[in-house]
Amino acid sequence: MSKITFDQLQEELYYEKLSNGLDVYVLPKKGFNKTYATFTTKYGSIDNQFIPLGKNEVVTVPDGIAHFLEHKLFEKEDGDVFQEFSKQGASANAFTSFTRTAYLFSSTSNVEKNLETLIDFVQSPYFTEKTVDKEKGIIGQEINMYDDNPDWRLYFGIIENMFKNHPVKIDIAGTIESISKITKDMLYECYETFYHPSNMLLFIVGPVEPSEILTLVRTNQDKKDYKDQLEIVRKFEEEPVEVAEKKKVLEMNVQSSKCLVGIKAQNPSRVGEELLKHELTVNVILDFLFGKSSEVYEKLYTDGLIDDTFSYDYTEENGFGFLIVGGDTQNPEDLSTRLKEILLNSKNLMITEEQLERIKKKKIGAFLRSVNSPEFIANQFTRYAFNEMNLFDVVPVLEKLKVEDIKQICNHFFDERCFTECHVVPKK
Amino acid sequence: MLKKGEHSLNGLTLHTVETEKYKTNTLVLKFKAPLQEEQVTYRALLPYVLQSETSKFPSTTQLRSYLDELYGATLSVDLSKKGEYHIISFKIEIANEKYLSDQTPLLQKAIELLADVIFSPVVENEAFIPSTVDKEKRSLRQRIQSVFDDKMRYSNLRLVQEMCKDEPYHLHVNGRTEDLESITPSSLFQYYQKMMAEDEVDLYIVGNIEVDTIKKTIVELFPFNSRKGSSISPSIKTKSVVDPNEVIERQDVKQGKLNLGYRTNVTYSDPEYHALQVFNGIFGGFSHSKLFINVREKESLAYYAASRVESHKGLLMVMSGIEFENYDKAVTIIKEQMEAMKSGDFTDQEISQTKAVIKNQLLETIDTARGIVEVLYHNVISETSRELEEWITGMEAITKDEIIEVANKIELDTIYFLTGLEGKENE
Repeated sequence: MSKITFDQLQEELYYEKLSNGLDVYVLPKKGFNKTYATFTTKYGSIDNQFIPLGKNEVVTVPDGIAHFLEHKLFEKEDGDVFQEFSKQGASANAFTSFTRTAYLFSSTSNVEKNLETLIDFVQSPYFTEKTVDKEKGIIGQEINMYDDNPDWRLYFGIIENMFKNHPVKIDIAGTIESISKITKDMLYECYETFYHPSNMLLFIVGPVEPSEILTLVRTNQDKKDYKDQLEIVRKFEEEPVEVAEKKKVLEMNVQSSKCLVGIKAQNPSRVGEELLKHELTVNVILDFLFGKSSEVYEKLYTDGLIDDTFSYDYTEENGFGFLIVGGDTQNPEDLSTRLKEILLNSKNLMITEEQLERIKKKKIGAFLRSVNSPEFIANQFTRYAFNEMNLFDVVPVLEKLKVEDIKQICNHFFDERCFTECHVVPKK
Repeated sequence: MLKKGEHSLNGLTLHTVETEKYKTNTLVLKFKAPLQEEQVTYRALLPYVLQSETSKFPSTTQLRSYLDELYGATLSVDLSKKGEYHIISFKIEIANEKYLSDQTPLLQKAIELLADVIFSPVVENEAFIPSTVDKEKRSLRQRIQSVFDDKMRYSNLRLVQEMCKDEPYHLHVNGRTEDLESITPSSLFQYYQKMMAEDEVDLYIVGNIEVDTIKKTIVELFPFNSRKGSSISPSIKTKSVVDPNEVIERQDVKQGKLNLGYRTNVTYSDPEYHALQVFNGIFGGFSHSKLFINVREKESLAYYAASRVESHKGLLMVMSGIEFENYDKAVTIIKEQMEAMKSGDFTDQEISQTKAVIKNQLLETIDTARGIVEVLYHNVISETSRELEEWITGMEAITKDEIIEVANKIELDTIYFLTGLEGKENE
């Protein structure tokens, strides 16, 4: 067990890599009632082409299978795991993202029992044709729910516009048609390939004793017979620099229009501190351009083009990255024209030391706010770790950021070929 | 459980919670007044005008730049409905300098800023600035409209509108678009003065604080005049149900939204409230509850099927998203679960499981500053003084008979179904 101390934040992090390859982290939080734990596999909706364990050829699996698997893992021969957690006073959940599937619980009592339940249920799949078919009705309703949601349609619309080949453009839940093809054997194949401990990370945050927690996890894992597994082979098609589609307008049953514009990252192959710095820098640029203290924000707000739903974000992982800006608007055409102009003119962004300092302060404060949340710490730490970054480097990397770093990124990032827009408008 | 204090200062009650577990300090200022048609839209608009500029920072850019300087302090406003009250909240969350290399006293600055937002708006000739009011009117109109676009929120709002037609509770926290035209910069300023003079005001400060110092600062910076409270007569709260009403609405949607509204005839201050909480947990509050098990897991009819209690109004809301043609089936299953509750068809294990999860939920809620404030504010709304410990011991002591008893007070009032356009032509 090793210990890392973050003096300024007054936090301590304990870490151990178990012999089966599982990474375990414990962050003690004194004064909190709740313990929050996530057990995450580096497997998400983008992992749809890979060589299954023990095979030689790449297979392509149906869209939405990682999410489907997440649902099905909760069901066991003797009932569903939610029941067990609630008997132990815990609330459990799970989510699937582009690159991760996370299982989690939070509880203020029976922490050790709940932790065992979490690890054991994720490590004992039970799929039958009957339960797989039953789930198709439930997930079908989840898909319908998202289909009626204009914000979700807009978000996936802009991502679809950006990517020609990369599977990030596939809706995480898949479609009713794609999930109809899922069988129990496919679920087992995905499970065997991606749920080996060496592809997973366990994070526990709360009022716990790290050495006790680590002993519990170690003992639990020692009882299970995991064979060493070779590195997983995933396949991704080459993604061109240009976006797949420049513009899309979705007509929906809505009263207000919405507009998002996006920029696809070029060569998103960074990992580690380089990725961390890059992602932070682009987000600093966005704060400078569009933050509530920016001239642009006030102007767009005064002109009636944006309201408080306006937001922006840049996200990048190994293989894909995108910037998204926008929100509800009375006039999507005008808003996208204005946003496009601002973004593409940022090639030669003028930002002073003083302005940069202010944004750094803002982001450091926001980080402190975030680390009040055990959920944020566990989920984000895992995301960072899967990309070889350390969440607790955020503040030091921000502090070192220079005007030069910003200029360097602006120089090539805001490329017209990478720009796209998506609107939702009321149906005529 | 919490190191808290309550201090009556002039026209305001200051609530302090001392804790070292956060890296930020939180201030929440709440204004409470009865929900009323004539003022609902004024109340929805006013906080947004106030938070956009102050006399010291007379533009959004200046005000927001200052917040950035204060290590990204957040300033936000929020509107809510608690029973028949309309609550306006202003919230500031600010970094605790203890965790920064810079030692500026941030909390003091945050308190000053909050006072500024409330007491020093930009005013000319007894009126707010017209361009600011216009801008925020536009934004509010958009906010009101946007509910229509989120079908889950929309169907919930429609249920409340239908169910509480003749009660103030049918009003939405964001007010009504038709009122916007008539609100002027001067009428809004008059409303501001009324709010400042008459509303019941509560200020919550949660964090690493020194109570005596804070008290002095608040007395000095928040000079409210004393006032009388704004109690609502209990007669408003009850309505007897004759026949359940069924409302079917058609729109171009893929998924049907089914919402059932019940009258619980129990509110937060009633002794039966704990039993109602446990009832709701067994019935539909969690993923081990009857609704989740029977509507989702057994019949695969839905992705979500849940219930929640509107504590101060005495309502129980069931919500689910289903295929259009499964309407009758889903309604039948939901009604069966309610009947099961009324006839005591639930096990001791369901009771103990539910109690464990409710206790957990309460303890988790007070792990966040926001949660602490909301829990404490329940007492203000209901004019009770139930301690957190009582929440837990009271709930844990509930017996099966008490749950059955409370279940039998619950009456179905309205079923609302948002369904697709198909089949409309045949009607």
